[in-house]
Amino acid sequence: MTSLRTPVPADLESQADLTAEIKQLQAETRPGDAQPRLDWPPYRSSLLRHPTKTLRYADPEGAELVAPVFGQTDIGELESDLTVQPGGEPIGERIKVTGRVLDGDGRPVRGQLVEIWQANASGRYIHQRDQHPAPIDPNFTGVGRCLTDDDGWYSFTSIKPGPYPWRNHRNAWRPAHIHFSLFGTEFTQRLITQMYFPGDQLFALDPILQSITDQRARDRLVATCEHELSEHEWLLGYRWDIVLTGTHATYLEPGDE
Amino acid sequence: MSELGVTPGQTIGPFFHYAMPMPDDRVLVPLDSPGSVRLHGHVYDGGGNVVPDAMLEIRQCDASGVVPRVEGSLRRDGSSFTGWGRSGTDSEGHYWFSTVEPGPTHPGAAPFFAVTVFARGLLDRLFTRIYLPADPEVLAADPLLATLDAELRRRMIAVRDDDGSLRFDLHLQGDQESVFLAYPRHVG
Repeated sequence: MTSLRTPVPADLESQADLTAEIKQLQAETRPGDAQPRLDWPPYRSSLLRHPTKTLRYADPEGAELVAPVFGQTDIGELESDLTVQPGGEPIGERIKVTGRVLDGDGRPVRGQLVEIWQANASGRYIHQRDQHPAPIDPNFTGVGRCLTDDDGWYSFTSIKPGPYPWRNHRNAWRPAHIHFSLFGTEFTQRLITQMYFPGDQLFALDPILQSITDQRARDRLVATCEHELSEHEWLLGYRWDIVLTGTHATYLEPGDE
Repeated sequence: MSELGVTPGQTIGPFFHYAMPMPDDRVLVPLDSPGSVRLHGHVYDGGGNVVPDAMLEIRQCDASGVVPRVEGSLRRDGSSFTGWGRSGTDSEGHYWFSTVEPGPTHPGAAPFFAVTVFARGLLDRLFTRIYLPADPEVLAADPLLATLDAELRRRMIAVRDDDGSLRFDLHLQGDQESVFLAYPRHVG
């Protein structure tokens, strides 16, 4: 099976050098930043793809104050269970991932669309561009959708995704993750992010997760394994809550009160 | 007001194409239907290269200036106007939407498409607006455009193609870098 392995390009930076670069940049960044740094050289693909100018403040108006509306007509009944496939059960650890979507003031986001996509148990996406020589699972596509309920809860049944290699640097591995796409009640709250699994030794090596330079903010992307959510002889349960930015509809400028 | 810890964003990555696009997600109104317009353009990086793995979403008013609160953007019924669409870029970095031109939300307002941008290599989403090419006085009176110099203002306004389409190129970086926005509640 050695034919599946590609030779290691000699010019790629080592993980040790990249990790040192990450640590140095994080030391130079002010603590408390909740968002990833867009200008973040350790993630090589970002070099030419981040704006260099300061973002301009805009007072949201019109369409910006209203999120798109989704409903039952937008999703299929079985789309929240990624293990239900016509050909049979996928391979891997069966899991449930559930939590609440809240806005920045703690209010549940009701009836809103949550979309996810992920690699299979061996770390392979069903995507033309994924050349990782790990097996494709014919019974797993790794795409899910659901609507939050009246208390903001979402829930997916899936398979725990595997970590996978990429070409950012030599011997680079992404920690296992699930991509999440979220909407709030305003267009300004749009969020796409990644959920990680607790205890992954790859966290410190990953330039994408480490682009969030504040440890507490990074921790918000890591689910917790909760025994109460696990189901007897069936699956392991993970809890992950999502907090979007605040809405503007009732927002008072500091000092207005 | 105390803020909860906001969940950070992460890049959309390289593998969203099999998950996020839906049939007709970019077709807010049927192609070439009466009143329809094609909004399109290319996404470029700081080296002037096209970005073939970006995704744009737009949110907009209808032609009368009302923001629709109508479901059905992912599975369209072909007649409801939902005011939301999603378009990935193709191998040439090109995106397009079939939609209507948004009307002013109040008399004298400069109509725009609200836009979110995602891409592999972009660690968090970006927001911008695409203004309709309108009366210069209307554009000059817009609260956001009024704060920009003429060059930056130009970069936020779509160009009318000869065939009536609206063209808007997006530059993530570089000499022509687009104007990207933050909103007041984005600061924790």
